[in-house]
Amino acid sequence: MTTLLETRDLKAFYGDFQALFGIDVTVADGETVALIGANGAGKSTFLRAITGMLPAAGQQISFGGQTVAGWAADRIHKAGIAMVPEGRRLFPSLTVEENLLIGASGGRKGPWDLAAVYALFPDLVAKKTNPGTALSGGQQQMVAIGRALMSNPRLLLCDEISLGLAPKVIKDIYRAVPQIREGGTAILVVEQDVGQALAVADRVYCFMEGRVTLTGTPAELTRAQIAQAYFGAKTEEAA
Amino acid sequence: MTTLTASSARNAKPINFVLRLALGLAVLALAVAPMWAGRAELRLMMEVLSYLALAQMWNLLAGYSGLISVGQQAYVGLGGYLFFALAMFAGVPVLAALPLAAVVTALIALPSGWVAFRLQGAYFAIGTWVIAEVFRLTAAQVGALGGGSGISLPVALAQSIAESRDGRETVMYYLAFVIGIASVAMVWGLLRSKWGLALTAIRDSEPAAEAVGVATRRVKFLIYIVTAMFTGLTGAFIFLQKLRITPDAAFSVNDWTAFVIFIVVIGGLGTIEGPIVGVIVFFALREIAADWGTWYLIMMGAIAIAVMLVDKRGIWGALRTRYGLSILPVGFVLDITPPARKD
Amino acid sequence: MVWVNAIVQGMLLGGLYALFAAGLSLMFGVMRFVNLAHGDFIVTAAYLMLALVGMLNVHWAFAILLVPAVLGAAGYFNQRILLNRVLGGDLLPPVLVTFGLSIIIQNALLEVFSADSQRLNAGWLDTASFQLGGGIAIGALPLMMFLAAVAVIGGLQFIFYKTALGRMLRATSDDPAMVPLMGGNNGHVFAIATLLASVVVGIAGIFLAVKTNFDPAAGPARLLFAFEAVIIGGLGSLWGTLIGGVILGVAQTLGAQIDAGYQILAGHLVFLAILVARPRGLLPKM
Repeated sequence: MTTLLETRDLKAFYGDFQALFGIDVTVADGETVALIGANGAGKSTFLRAITGMLPAAGQQISFGGQTVAGWAADRIHKAGIAMVPEGRRLFPSLTVEENLLIGASGGRKGPWDLAAVYALFPDLVAKKTNPGTALSGGQQQMVAIGRALMSNPRLLLCDEISLGLAPKVIKDIYRAVPQIREGGTAILVVEQDVGQALAVADRVYCFMEGRVTLTGTPAELTRAQIAQAYFGAKTEEAA
Repeated sequence: MTTLTASSARNAKPINFVLRLALGLAVLALAVAPMWAGRAELRLMMEVLSYLALAQMWNLLAGYSGLISVGQQAYVGLGGYLFFALAMFAGVPVLAALPLAAVVTALIALPSGWVAFRLQGAYFAIGTWVIAEVFRLTAAQVGALGGGSGISLPVALAQSIAESRDGRETVMYYLAFVIGIASVAMVWGLLRSKWGLALTAIRDSEPAAEAVGVATRRVKFLIYIVTAMFTGLTGAFIFLQKLRITPDAAFSVNDWTAFVIFIVVIGGLGTIEGPIVGVIVFFALREIAADWGTWYLIMMGAIAIAVMLVDKRGIWGALRTRYGLSILPVGFVLDITPPARKD
Repeated sequence: MVWVNAIVQGMLLGGLYALFAAGLSLMFGVMRFVNLAHGDFIVTAAYLMLALVGMLNVHWAFAILLVPAVLGAAGYFNQRILLNRVLGGDLLPPVLVTFGLSIIIQNALLEVFSADSQRLNAGWLDTASFQLGGGIAIGALPLMMFLAAVAVIGGLQFIFYKTALGRMLRATSDDPAMVPLMGGNNGHVFAIATLLASVVVGIAGIFLAVKTNFDPAAGPARLLFAFEAVIIGGLGSLWGTLIGGVILGVAQTLGAQIDAGYQILAGHLVFLAILVARPRGLLPKM
C-alpha cells in the first residue's frame, strides 16, 4: 500500500502552550487508523493541524505526495481531506440535504453523491427537508459523516464521533465504516472508546500529553501496553 | 494565568518618575497660563482642554465599558442648548447654569440611554447617532431657541461673568482648566475606586467580568449617564465660549464625535494617558495641516484606519506595553495570558 | 385625501429605503459586520451615475449596468483587502475603520464634486405618472423604485435559498469556522457577500441620483434610514427590510404632511417607538 498521509516531527502550539511534541503518523491508502488517548492528549489538535485549521507552516505534513503544511484549510479540503468535527457542527439554518450538498462544494468527483449517502444512512431520507439541528444526536452524526463523504475525500477524519451517543446508535454509525472503506477512502478516527477503536482500525496510535506513546495493530497490542500508553502509569495488571 | 498585581513595581521605574514630573509641570504651567499666555494661546488651550474632556469621556465609554457611541454630539449639543435656555429664559446665573445644564443633560440621557441600550454592538453605535439626530432636528424646531438658524447669547449675560474682557477671558480659561483637569481626575478616581476593578474587568473580558459577578449592564449604563453628564457640561462650556449656538454646530458628528474618536484611538484606547497623548497629536496636526481643508480630514480618516490595522492600542498603548510606562497608575494591572486550550 | 396620498407616496419611498437597507442587512447577516460608510457608498454610486450620464454623456442603459458592476467589484476588493483584516472578535476595529472610510469618502467627494447639491435629470421619467383618481397619482419613477426593491429582495432571497452560493452564505452566517472544512474560503465568501450588497448599493445609488438632491455629506442620513429599516423589519430578514422601509417612508411622508421640518424627525421617532415596543423588529429572524 502507498502512503497517503505522513506527518514527521509535527509540533503544534496554542500561543505559548505546546500541545504536540513531534508526532510521526502515517496513514496508507484505504487504511483505517485510530488515534486513542485520554482527554487533552493532543488527538484533536493533531486533526486540526492536518486540516489546516491550526497553522502548521514549516512543518512536515505530506498528503498524496504533496507537502500540505501551511496550506489554507479550504485548499487542503479540496486536495481530499474531509473532517467530521467534534460536536458535529451542522449548519442550523441549512436543511439536512443542504448540509449534505454543502459538503460537495469542493467539486471532487467520486463514488459519493446524495443517493449514495442516503443509501448508507436510509434514516436521513425522510428528514432531508428538516433543519439539520432538529434531528437526534445519532442522525446528526450521520449527516455530519455524509457531509464529509460528499466531498469524495481520499482521507476522512472523524473526531470523537461516538461522544455522547447511546451504545446502539454508536453501533449503527460504525456499521457504515466498512462501506466507506469500500469506496477507497482512508479513515483516521479519534476515539476515546478504546474497544470501538480496536474493533474498526487496522492500526492504532496512542497519544499521551502531546506525544505518541504506542503504535501497532490491534492484534499486536496487549491491554497492559495500551493502559500504560493511555494513562502513563502501570495499572493493576502490569504492576 | 491571570494575575492581579499592584502596580508598584511599574511605578518605580525612573522613566515614569520623569513622565510624572513632566505632567505635574505641565499642569502647573496650565494653572498659571493667564500670567504667561496671550489671548490667542489661551483660546487654543481652552479648546485643547475641552477636547481633552470630551476624549476622556468617550474613552471611558468605549475604552473601558465597550460602548462604542458615534452619537456623543447629542450630549454636547444638549448641554449647550440647555445652558442657553437656562441662562436666557430661566434667569439662572451663567456660572450656575453650566452645572445645572449638565445635570439636566444626565436626566435626559436616562430615557435616551435606555432606548439605545436596546441595541447591541455596532447597532448601538448607529442607534446613538439616531438619537443625536432626533435632538438636532428637535432643536431646529424650537422657535424660542432660534430654530434652524440658532441663537446668540445676549451680551449682558456674557458680561455678567466679569466686567472687563480680560477678566472674562481669565474666568473662561479657568472654567476650561477645571473641566479638562477634572475629566482626567474623575476618570482616574473612578478607575481607582471599586468601580475601577469592574470596569477594567469589563474592558479585558466582558464574559469573564460577568462570570465573577460584575453587573456589567448596570455598570455600563451608569457610565453612560456619567459620561453624558460630563459631556453635557463640556458642551455647555464650549457654547458659552462660542456665544452662539445652532443645531448643526451643536450636534455636529464631525466636531464632537469624529475628532474625539480620532484623538482617543490615535492616543490609545482604554488608558487614561491615551487621550492626553491623542489631544496633543490632534492639535499639533491641526496646526500643521488645518489649511489643507478636505485633505486634512481625509488624512485623519486614513490615520484612524491605519492605527486599527497596524496597532490598535494606539501610541500610548504601544509605548506603555513596550517600555512599561505608567503616569497615572490605577492600582490594578490585570495580566492575562490566554489559558491553555483544550485539545 | 392628501393623507391617503401621503401614505401611498410614503410606501413608494419605502422602496428606496428598502434598497438602502438590503445591503446593510445582508452584510450583517453573513458576517455580523456593520458598515458605517454604507450611506457614503450609496452617495458615491449616485455621483458615479451623475458623472457617467450627466457629465460624460454615457448612455443611460449602459450606465445603469456599469454603476452596480463597479460598486460590486469595488466592494469585493474593499472586503478582501481592507475589511477582512478587521473582522471577527473585537467590535471596535470594524466600526472605526468604516467610520474612517466614511470621513474619507465624504471629503473625497467634496474635493471632486464640490459641496453643491446635485440631482440627475431623468427627462420624461421625472414627470410621468399614473392618475388613480381622487387626486392621487403614482409617479413612474417612485413606482419603478418600489418594483426594483421588490425585485432586488426577491432576487437576493432566491440566491440565498435556492443556490449553492446562498447555501455557502447561510453556512458562513451560521458557523464561519466550519466553512473552510467544506472547501469554502471565508475571505472569499465574505467578499462575495459584500459584492452582492454593493451591487444593491449601486442600484440604490442610481435611484438616489434621480429621486432627490444629494451632496457629499448625504451619506450618514442614508445610513440611518437603512439602519432604521433593518431594525424595524427585524434583523436578518430580507423581506423585513421592505416592510421596515415602507413604515419609515410612510412615517416620513406623514410627518412632512404636518410640517416639512418634521419629515425626517417623524421617521426617527417612529423608529425609536418601534425599538421600544418591539426591540427585535416586526419580522425577527435571528
